[in-house]
Amino acid sequence: MPQLDVSTFLPQVVWLVITFVTLFLIMWKVAGPRVGNTLETRQRRISGNLDKAAGFKKEAEAVLEAYERAMNEARAEAGQVIAKAGAELSEKVSRREAELAKRLTAEIAESETRIEKAVSDAINDIGQVAVEAAGQVVRKLTGEDADEGAVGAAVDQAMKTRP
Amino acid sequence: MDRGVTATPVRTKEIDKVAEAHSPLAQFEIKRLVPIQIGDLDASFTNSALFMVFTVVLVTIFLVLGMRRNALVPGRWQSMAELSYIFIANMVRDTAGPEGRRFFPFIFTLFMFVLVGNMLGMVPYGFAYTSHIIVTFSIALIIFIGVTVVGFAKHGIRFFGFFLPPGTPLLMAPLAVPIEIISYLSRPVSLSVRLFANMLAGHTLIKVFAGFIVSMGVFGFVPFAFVFALTGLELLIAFLQAYVFTVLTCLYLHDALHMH
Repeated sequence: MPQLDVSTFLPQVVWLVITFVTLFLIMWKVAGPRVGNTLETRQRRISGNLDKAAGFKKEAEAVLEAYERAMNEARAEAGQVIAKAGAELSEKVSRREAELAKRLTAEIAESETRIEKAVSDAINDIGQVAVEAAGQVVRKLTGEDADEGAVGAAVDQAMKTRP
Repeated sequence: MDRGVTATPVRTKEIDKVAEAHSPLAQFEIKRLVPIQIGDLDASFTNSALFMVFTVVLVTIFLVLGMRRNALVPGRWQSMAELSYIFIANMVRDTAGPEGRRFFPFIFTLFMFVLVGNMLGMVPYGFAYTSHIIVTFSIALIIFIGVTVVGFAKHGIRFFGFFLPPGTPLLMAPLAVPIEIISYLSRPVSLSVRLFANMLAGHTLIKVFAGFIVSMGVFGFVPFAFVFALTGLELLIAFLQAYVFTVLTCLYLHDALHMH
């Protein structure tokens, strides 16, 4: 069995040590770090990209939030404007109503005074007319002019008794 | 060899030599390709050494040239190089723990050295230096000594407590401690013999069946099928034994770092 040939042990061990140490040094100083660096770089790149993606996502969320906030603000402002316009409108309407009411009352009052005046004028005129009529009636009946003062007093008295 | 019995003594020797060449064990012969003698040290460059050098060259090419483009998205070759790195890195992390990271270059070297050594044995005219007990035992001894040194460096004198598993009744100590010590000392033996025996048995078996192919004539296809199947099995074993060798090393390292 060649494995038990002791004379071959030494050269095998010597070259085992030489080659193993050489390979170890290559692995330790060259090959290992090279592979390790590549893997690490890749890992860093991937996690960096993931971080970047997370950052973008956060940014997008912030933009969305800002948009929603702006939207809400605009909505609130619009509501305010609408309410203000409504208030203004109703105020104007009530003012106009008040103005109209005032004008109508003034007109009614004026009309009433005019009617009253017309009524009193009419009453006065009736007195005059009655005096004239009574004077003419007297002239027709008597054939002579009646005393105006007496006729006027009689008419006045008649009008007082029969309102 | 029976044929040589009736032949003349000179011819017997010749035939013995031929028979030896066809013996299943002839493939393990160590041949001095370049005899080198440094003082009393026989450092001859043998076929075993040649394949060790092949291993160094192959692994270096595989890893260094595989990573030369250093691509962010790896190609096939780079992917394989990275995969081997990740495979061992995960093994060290899972088996030896996070503190085992410092020993990763050694474990990676160990795995590659054993794996490529086993695989080179599967190449026709190849030679598996891992089929020699002296090689596997030397590696196992280095691991054993290294792990023990790591254990004492980390835990000092308390590392002797490793030989008394926690929870053992003190009454059992006289029995448990010698068993633990024997089991600890037999680690390099079991580690080296496992790999060596697997390689030896596999290659011998293939060679034996391959010998039957010619001697069985027309029915040679039967052993040929066996050899075909065995080659597949041997490739699996070549990987598996390299894996087992490395995992056990990580496990020993874990014991030294964490003491159970």
